[in-house]
Amino acid sequence: MSRTHYFFKEPALYNHENRIPEILLVEDNPDDVLLITEAFKESSIMTHLNVVGDGEETLDYLNRKGKYAGAVAPDFIILDLNLPRMDGRTFLKRIKSENLFKSIPIIVLTSSRSDLDIREVWALNANCYIVKPSDLDGYIETVKKIRDFWTTVVVLPPKPSAVA
Amino acid sequence: MLQPKKINRSLDILLVEDNHGDAVLTYEAFKSCKTPVDLIRVRDGEEAMLSLRKEGRYAGVRIPDLILLDLNMPKKNGLEVLKEVKSDHRLQEIPVMVLTSSQSNRDTEDTYEAKANFYMVKPANLDGFYEVMKYVEDIWLSSLQYRTDSEKS
Repeated sequence: MSRTHYFFKEPALYNHENRIPEILLVEDNPDDVLLITEAFKESSIMTHLNVVGDGEETLDYLNRKGKYAGAVAPDFIILDLNLPRMDGRTFLKRIKSENLFKSIPIIVLTSSRSDLDIREVWALNANCYIVKPSDLDGYIETVKKIRDFWTTVVVLPPKPSAVA
Repeated sequence: MLQPKKINRSLDILLVEDNHGDAVLTYEAFKSCKTPVDLIRVRDGEEAMLSLRKEGRYAGVRIPDLILLDLNMPKKNGLEVLKEVKSDHRLQEIPVMVLTSSQSNRDTEDTYEAKANFYMVKPANLDGFYEVMKYVEDIWLSSLQYRTDSEKS
């Protein structure tokens, strides 16, 4: 097998050459939204970050219902757990059982450190569980790491043709 | 709220990799982590399943905290291992990181559908492995540490 990795423009990091990563943030707290949006902007890597406030709205977004008729399928989703209407756990269960959406990586970013939540989230096949650090600087750093990791290190699944 | 109980032991990682050179690079990269790691390496998918099911000479091994999985391997390939792990109720919660030289859309799609946690292309050299491992450590190993020992038994 060839060991030539000609596609590495930067050492080590995989580059999603032809697409700007589309990210969907599911978060109801405006302070969190602001902080995460700012952290995503501070980068040479271009990303599109869209924000929705709860699980139900996210399903509308993914299914392009109503005002989301023109929505673009996300490359990955950053999900808070405690949300109004449909919470993160219910949403996770729903999306991972739908053929069209189950391959979209879900990164759970939550302040919950309870054993119960962590076990449940893993059992529901979340792709990643990250605890929000309680200090501001740590929080920003963590968001930047998520951004860089999921946009440059990981190879994302190809876009499902039905929703792309 | 319950406080996290950080585990006071090293993380057990199962590396499923037939290529010796890549296994050495991965091992070296993990050695650079602040988080102590116990790495067990097996050479193909069949061995991987034996060790996960603690069969034969793997009777005494622990269930790993994380599986690092190559795709192209003799006997049983990575995708087959992934599907077996994710359909076995004793193993399905173990996060699986696919680390492969394949960059085909087909492989990416298949592994995400089979519930791999993420898919990564093997870096070309040791520096690349170090670079990638920094992220894996920050994002992954730290959150895995919140899993308790009781969860694994």
